[in-house]
Amino acid sequence: MSELPWYNRGLFSNLNLRQKTILTIALTGLILLIIFISGLLTNANLPTDFSIKMQPPSFQHLFGTDWMGRDMFTRTIKGLSLSIMIGLVSSILSSIIATILAFIASTNKFCDEFVSWLIDLFASIPHILLIMMISIGFGKGAFGVMMAVAFSHWVNLTRVLRAEVLQINTSEYVALSKRFGKSKLWIAKEHILPLVLSQIFVGTLLVFPHAIMHESSVTFLGFGLSPHEPAIGIILSESMTYLAMGAWWLAFFPGLALLIVVLLFDIIGDNLKRLFDPSEANN
Amino acid sequence: MELKAENISFSYNKKRQILKDVSLSLNSNQIIGLIGDSGSGKSTLCKIMAGYISHYKGSVTLDGNKIPDKDFYPVQLIFQHPEKTMNPKWKMKKVLNESWTPTQDLKDTFGLKDNWLTRWPNELSGGELQRFSILRALNPKTKFIIADEISTMLDAVTQVQIWDALISHCRANDIGILAVSHDPELLEVVCDDILMFNEINNL
Repeated sequence: MSELPWYNRGLFSNLNLRQKTILTIALTGLILLIIFISGLLTNANLPTDFSIKMQPPSFQHLFGTDWMGRDMFTRTIKGLSLSIMIGLVSSILSSIIATILAFIASTNKFCDEFVSWLIDLFASIPHILLIMMISIGFGKGAFGVMMAVAFSHWVNLTRVLRAEVLQINTSEYVALSKRFGKSKLWIAKEHILPLVLSQIFVGTLLVFPHAIMHESSVTFLGFGLSPHEPAIGIILSESMTYLAMGAWWLAFFPGLALLIVVLLFDIIGDNLKRLFDPSEANN
Repeated sequence: MELKAENISFSYNKKRQILKDVSLSLNSNQIIGLIGDSGSGKSTLCKIMAGYISHYKGSVTLDGNKIPDKDFYPVQLIFQHPEKTMNPKWKMKKVLNESWTPTQDLKDTFGLKDNWLTRWPNELSGGELQRFSILRALNPKTKFIIADEISTMLDAVTQVQIWDALISHCRANDIGILAVSHDPELLEVVCDDILMFNEINNL
């Protein structure tokens, strides 16, 4: 008998691949949920204690302390939670905008022209400028940044989805469905939506790191979150000042944590795709 | 019932006309064969008669009336490649029931196995898929079937099975068939009458 691979031995040996995929998604989601909730529950107004300022990582302060003696671990968790929230809300919102626009574009030629024009319009304005303007328009803060990122990041996904929907609309099974007397709405819901769903998921996850990056850059420029909110972007931009003084832990751990969170989202995306794509369903 | 195509002309581009003044009529108790060379425009004529192409000259009528476009189209086309006519993300049960829910008897006549219903289209062979697409077209509202090379990819035994089932169902339910093929032996067996495409196309 041939040796079983490592992932087919031990605790999870009697699960099939589908169950393992679901398990992976559930565990990853759980980790993200824990980070998110613990960030919500912790108090961001940490006491400043200058007697322990700029301490390197130790068991007492896992990620070290900053120049005001605040515990970086707590700040990082709080910051991650904020980043996850902003990233999640804005990427989901932008995917919803993209999906709606793509379906509007598929209804008739005039709508298609209009959506294409809208895409060109938004793509021609520099991103950061657009984000700044929308953020100010919505009154800055977390809400302003969310709206700004959502309303500036639907462009690429809309372009992809529009092309995809156009292609599906010319397929024989859509033509046949019309001959069966099905309405356009029914075809959009039953035929097209399942086919572009994985694209929407991938698009949402591709927007996620962008959302966090733009949130931090717009915050850095002073048009986003207020400085007392410990978003990862703010933590990283603050740490720039102290990096030259050798305080590497101020940037290293928050940056690593952010990377891990983004990777976790990526794992969820990959596994969801595997569940939804029939050509991979039996692999 | 009578399906009538009168003086149909069509061209994909201005340089080359593909159909010119084609007229054809078909009774619902008839099975007519249509034979012609590859690329001569047989499939285009089929698509026009089944309502897939709308910008043609001439008229297609059912008992003298124009066929309404919004509802279930009484002239159903069965394609040569069944795998293209099925949404790859639908299970076969949904594919079949998109049109109607056939009785168990009818499923058995066409040799449809119950465990196929829970699979994806890419897990079945061309012959198995073709049974689905034929059964799908046999909705009670269907008056005419246009079979565009439906048995080309099947072996001889399956061809006989499928044609037998299709013909007996259509005879019993007064459904006319236009069978298109470039296999004269097949058409001689299944059809009441055979038309030469080159003769009805005045090009």
